Amino acid sequence: MPALFDAVLELADDHLILGHRLSEWCGHAPMLEEDLALPNMALDLIGTARTLYDYAAQLEGKGRSEDDLAFLRVEREYRNLLICERPNGDFAQTMLRQLYFAAFMEPYWAAAVDSPDAVIRGVAGKAMKEMAYHVRHAGEWVIRLGDGTEDSAARMQAAVAELHRFTGEIFEESAASAALVAEGVLPARAGMRPAWDRVIGMIFAEAMLEAPEVPYPQTGGRRGLHGEHLGHLLAEMQYLQRAYPGATW
Amino acid sequence: MAQETPLWEVFIRPRNGLSHKHVGSLHAADEVLALQAARDVYTRRGEGVSIWVVPSRAITASDPDHAAETFEPTADKIYRHPSFYDIPDDVGHM
Repeated sequence: MPALFDAVLELADDHLILGHRLSEWCGHAPMLEEDLALPNMALDLIGTARTLYDYAAQLEGKGRSEDDLAFLRVEREYRNLLICERPNGDFAQTMLRQLYFAAFMEPYWAAAVDSPDAVIRGVAGKAMKEMAYHVRHAGEWVIRLGDGTEDSAARMQAAVAELHRFTGEIFEESAASAALVAEGVLPARAGMRPAWDRVIGMIFAEAMLEAPEVPYPQTGGRRGLHGEHLGHLLAEMQYLQRAYPGATW
Repeated sequence: MAQETPLWEVFIRPRNGLSHKHVGSLHAADEVLALQAARDVYTRRGEGVSIWVVPSRAITASDPDHAAETFEPTADKIYRHPSFYDIPDDVGHM
């Protein structure tokens, strides 16, 4: 089932790469409370990625493990959304990126709990609750920073200007995922648009933010066309497995 | 940070039927973020089913300097402990 392998890998890559990004805050967050909250969220995402990689490895049946898939591919083989690899920037940018992603994944997983695929169903049931919390946590910060001090409002607006152009790609279907949507295994991404628009609209209204026009939407992650930042992320993330192949702990 | 961001006391109910118990404190800008921070800081290992957060400044504490007159007078009033009654065996454990 090559389409299912590809589609599961896409979802796994989204969660691993964004999870790794969040984990970069560990020890660097602006306050102790967030220093725990951000790695908590990172671990939610990495936990989901592990289950999906493990499933993808079984589907492939070529003896690769979840670790091989996570750590031993090259940049062009990663299929994650571009928004997941965007640098952390400041706290405003990190929180907005999390909100954009989670506001999509919450209804997506909620729709996937009826999937005929038992693994997808299992992941969905757990992940939809985690994503609901990410929306709440990131959303409350976006509201407070957007409608906060002069400095925080300016940073939040800058984050929207930087990241909004990556949101269109979230709703795109790859050839693999389109095939699975047709079979009823995965929910249609475009179907999440109304829910996403509603949540972002409510939060932006409270945060005094406006969604900008996007003249040049950024896309390409599903085809392995990434920005220059992913290579740096992979260099750090893969270092241990590359330097000490097969290392375990 | 600590000067601008208020301090909150966190109370967790470990399971239904038990009362909320003080577990610690944290900094947060308001009550909504305080609840979220409490969830992230104090319930990561399944410690509870309910959280209260209270502004630390809302708590009035007894003065340690008054401990002698506040607490020590009870030390010799053992008759206040209900341990001098004969309880019929049929009543069982109380």
